[in-house]
Amino acid sequence: MSLDPVQLAVIQNGLRQVASEMDMVHQKTSFSPVISEGLDRANGIYHRETGEVIAQGETGLPSFIGVMQFSTQHIIRLRRDLEEGDVILVNDPYLGGTHLMDVRMLAPFHYRGKLWCHLSNTGHWSDTGGMVPGGFNSTATEIQQEGLRIPPVKLYRRGVLDEDIQQMVLNNVRVPEERLGDLRAQLGALRVGARRLTELLDRYGADVVEAAIEELKTRSERLMRAHIATIPDGTYEGTAFCDSDGVVFEKLAVRLRMNVKGDRIGFDLSQSSPPCKGPMNTPRDLATSAVYVAMKHVFPDVPINAGCFTPIEVGGQDGTFLDAQYPRPCAGAAAEVCQRVMESVFAAMGQAMPERMFASPFGTSGNFSLGGYDPEEDRRYIMYMFSGGGYGGYSEGDGLTNGCSSLSIAKTQPIEVLEQHFPVLYEEYALREGSAGAGRHRGGFGLNYRVKLLRGEARASFVMDHGVTGPAGLLGGGPGETLAIEVGQGGARSLPPHVSKGEGYALEPGDWVQVRTPGGGGYGPPAERDPAAIARDLRRGYLGPEQAAAEYGHKLAAE
Amino acid sequence: MAQWQVGVDVGGTFTDILAVEPESGLWRIGKVPSTPEDQSRGVIAGLESVGVPLVEVAGFVHGTTVGTNAVLERKGVPCGLITTQGFRDMLELGRRTRPNAYGMTGSFEALVPREMRIEVPERMGAAGQVLTPLDEDAVRRAVQALREAGAEALVIHFLHSYANPAHELRAAEIVRELWPNPYVTVGHDVLREVREFERGSTAAVNAYIQPLMSRYLSRLAGALERGGFPRTLLVMQGNAGTMTAKGAAEHAAQTVMSGPAAGALAAARVGVEAGMRNIIGCDMGGTSFDVTLIRDGAPAISAEKDVAYGVPVRVPMIDIHTIGAGGGSIARVNQAGLLQVGPESAGSRPGPICYGRGGTEPTVTDANLVLGRLDPASMPGVESPVPVEVVQAAILEKIGKPLGLDAIAAASAIIAVATNHLASAIRLVSIERGEDPRDYALFAFGGAGPLHATALAQELGVPQVLVPRFPGATSALGCILADLRHDFVRTIGRPLLEVEGAAMEAILAEHAAQGRALIEGEGVPIEGIVTVHEADLLFRGQSHVFRMAVTLPFAPAEVLAQFTARYRQRFDIELAGMRVVLANLRTTVLGTRRKIGMALFAPEAVGEPVPRTSRQVVFGTKAWTTPIYRRETLPAGHVLPGPAIIEQMDATTVVDPGATLRVDSTGNLVISVGAAA
Repeated sequence: MSLDPVQLAVIQNGLRQVASEMDMVHQKTSFSPVISEGLDRANGIYHRETGEVIAQGETGLPSFIGVMQFSTQHIIRLRRDLEEGDVILVNDPYLGGTHLMDVRMLAPFHYRGKLWCHLSNTGHWSDTGGMVPGGFNSTATEIQQEGLRIPPVKLYRRGVLDEDIQQMVLNNVRVPEERLGDLRAQLGALRVGARRLTELLDRYGADVVEAAIEELKTRSERLMRAHIATIPDGTYEGTAFCDSDGVVFEKLAVRLRMNVKGDRIGFDLSQSSPPCKGPMNTPRDLATSAVYVAMKHVFPDVPINAGCFTPIEVGGQDGTFLDAQYPRPCAGAAAEVCQRVMESVFAAMGQAMPERMFASPFGTSGNFSLGGYDPEEDRRYIMYMFSGGGYGGYSEGDGLTNGCSSLSIAKTQPIEVLEQHFPVLYEEYALREGSAGAGRHRGGFGLNYRVKLLRGEARASFVMDHGVTGPAGLLGGGPGETLAIEVGQGGARSLPPHVSKGEGYALEPGDWVQVRTPGGGGYGPPAERDPAAIARDLRRGYLGPEQAAAEYGHKLAAE
Repeated sequence: MAQWQVGVDVGGTFTDILAVEPESGLWRIGKVPSTPEDQSRGVIAGLESVGVPLVEVAGFVHGTTVGTNAVLERKGVPCGLITTQGFRDMLELGRRTRPNAYGMTGSFEALVPREMRIEVPERMGAAGQVLTPLDEDAVRRAVQALREAGAEALVIHFLHSYANPAHELRAAEIVRELWPNPYVTVGHDVLREVREFERGSTAAVNAYIQPLMSRYLSRLAGALERGGFPRTLLVMQGNAGTMTAKGAAEHAAQTVMSGPAAGALAAARVGVEAGMRNIIGCDMGGTSFDVTLIRDGAPAISAEKDVAYGVPVRVPMIDIHTIGAGGGSIARVNQAGLLQVGPESAGSRPGPICYGRGGTEPTVTDANLVLGRLDPASMPGVESPVPVEVVQAAILEKIGKPLGLDAIAAASAIIAVATNHLASAIRLVSIERGEDPRDYALFAFGGAGPLHATALAQELGVPQVLVPRFPGATSALGCILADLRHDFVRTIGRPLLEVEGAAMEAILAEHAAQGRALIEGEGVPIEGIVTVHEADLLFRGQSHVFRMAVTLPFAPAEVLAQFTARYRQRFDIELAGMRVVLANLRTTVLGTRRKIGMALFAPEAVGEPVPRTSRQVVFGTKAWTTPIYRRETLPAGHVLPGPAIIEQMDATTVVDPGATLRVDSTGNLVISVGAAA
């Protein structure tokens, strides 16, 4: 079938719009703030046989873009009995998943009685059970400690809810009435998606749309190849370190080798560290997906469908911590290790074409969960918070301050909203002075916040990273400042032994937690920085005179 | 003496004026170049061009871009911020975002730089309880320091001031004692709503543009007064109401989006009078396409807009969705071989190839010219005309060859892709609200709107298109039609069934009284006051509110029943048993101005119109001999089959083959779309 350029563009927009509307319904009706405020969710359309992604919503969480196609492939493989009206519920990290909190649903979509595609979504629920409220247990050594692991089960069979399964799930998660709301929001999104997709197919004809999907895939592939061809041929290396796995205090390395030849690119992860005890093991598909997202950040204009990933080969995870096998825990994979994988891609790209790249971003989601009991409201709660940090400098400017993590587009929650919902008080929420990596274009600044418990008792846990090594600079730029956590309990201060990870900190009223997130790496030699920019930074108190002298050789007298 | 009502809309390129004299039914329309360095000069020039003496002007309403542009170009005044200890960086940190979903670069400058932000010890809790008393000496020192640092305006913004504004009020008092300065913006006063970054940003926008607005408006008011204008100058707000120039200078943030809001309001009113209550306003100019959903005669209002990246403004504004697509949008074939139109625009410099100002990239306007839709002889803004053959050759070279198409097919493809792009913006806006665009009529305005509207309607399956009498002066018309308007909000944040109806009624009554007092103090003749109350509700644990109208008495149980029913209808989700929270109460107070009927725009023409000429125009793949009419020659009730082209000073309307045009009694063109050719 030949398609004119117009139809093609129309159908591309149409499919993306179906997924975007699913995103919108999902977000607006969810109960987990991490979905409704944080947009930690994604919706998409997947091929009925291959499971390949056909379209994803524009505001979907980037790190889900690749991974949901793998998850769909596992479901297709394992559930040969999918029927119209079924809805699959799954959160198994080992089956194309991330961590247990990311709950996926899939509904086979039928058009005129025939299976046409799958609609699927993922949402980060605030809790799915386990030892620690919120699921970020930095000391877990088995997945059972992390929460409820759901295989691909039928929540709906031919349109009928299986209440047993629903109750089974709700009985094993914290704040179940809100989780039920999250579940309904996801179902609502699938329903809206089915309705819109039917309209699209009625309008253009299923054959035309199918032909367009094939063609769009080819086009995306061509565009990605055209971009790859502009990277100089060669082999490049990128390394990034996780502070530790949370259990054994040793660095974990992502070692990536990038081979570029013509319009082909390969990423080999085989030199990375072996499997670890703690929760930083990463499902292999997630590692692959992280490479995809990094490529999309480097070449943002390629439309997302399976075609844009075809020219990208990722392998070598076997036998490393980037191939999580049962029962290894993996709570830190999605939010943290993913960003190390992306960082290693950025670093390799930085060798290949530094003039088009940026220094390393802060690279941690800053997962902080606080589970407790509020006596005033007689209510158990889970507060899950993430935070931003500095971006790397780049050829045209300084890095962004308090940017979003590279794998996400999630906004943080307003402090006033957090204080309304939870018995906490933020004493400080500020730019972290002095945290930017020095350079001709310096990094952006990290965040510095301190939160105090007002009443009741609570337990704090952290899964963060970049506490031992700072985000690297590029082309002679310096690294960003490392992450730091401090906890005050009964007047005594302590630092988590694993610096960026810790679990089970019991807090009493008046106890506090302080988090300082990393700045971004600098770009280019600091000596080349415009003195006027240094003077402005000093005036703004972004850094002090001593630091300016040490990093830039700046003399106060020169002002 | 005549009593003229004058509307003036200052756009980037042109200043449009519409003057109406309701008693006699006279009207005048004018268009003069805008004068960006001092917009008031263009306004006065425009007024002179229509020959309406200022002494005969009974009402003067002004839509302005002064504030919006100052934010976009970061050309506001130096501002200082006094804020809660620990939170000085709020405006710079935002809520952890980046400019684009993909790509790790980009930058952001806060409206108030860090050296101009000072913290003072004070703290309210979420329930409005004082946790740390206000350190008044610290406020004094801060004012002194900011004044010395050159601040022209001040923002006072404390945490949880929406719950208890006492500290903000006291700090403002201290500031005013030490520094009698009209430019002090107090956070809760601008927006009494939770979310510190958004409230702070709204307050900062207000302070940042307030002195500019104030100076500009007093300059304009002065010039008007010297010319003999006897009344109060009114300014259009982003919420499509007006307020006095004095009010606008105080509440400057309210003027953001003022011009487009006027356009949307006019669209709604013209639609209602034409018997179409559900319309989609499509305003297409040279660089942008603004879409507004108008349901049951009222434009959608949103308080969730960002003026620019990282600069939210949370006052209610007409919900306008803007995409970068206009006559100047550039067409190109990307590396994947896909035809793309926009978002890059040739702007007005160099502009489309056919403008002869050195443009070399084919644009939508160029494609329209090659297809015969625009008349090369009467293009506005052309300096040294470029022969159509040259434009055609450029389209062939840059678009045709890579796609394997001839020049005409390539030009058609540009229009088709552009149309599709516009259509997706319309789908997004309508579908986001659960509305099907096919249940609406398109209201086409702006210079380029009527050129594309019929094709756009065909693409969307929309049955009718409405082209108003003056597509290019629709925003100026909106200025004439707008009522006085003030909006109020109060965050409640408590379970709905736990609030006392009487207490809620007291808040709403206070809103209503404040609005009434403001309107009465404005000294503008009005016919009445209308008050509308709304509630923002959500299920406990959610963070997105659902807004709905409420009536007095406020009965929580009834509100609850309505909410759950409407929620189910909207999202197809039932959440029985979940606790419902009353997030905010809102009130809008309108001072209604004398209505001006559209009937006075009824065409004077009579008899059978004769085409001015005819030419070959391409629709789809085929060239049609198409008659060209002057708009003024079409009498009311006249019916024309497509294809046809209607020309007038401010726009060109294209009636595609298969569509039928009818002139209604007030001079609107109503196009029944029919099937695509």
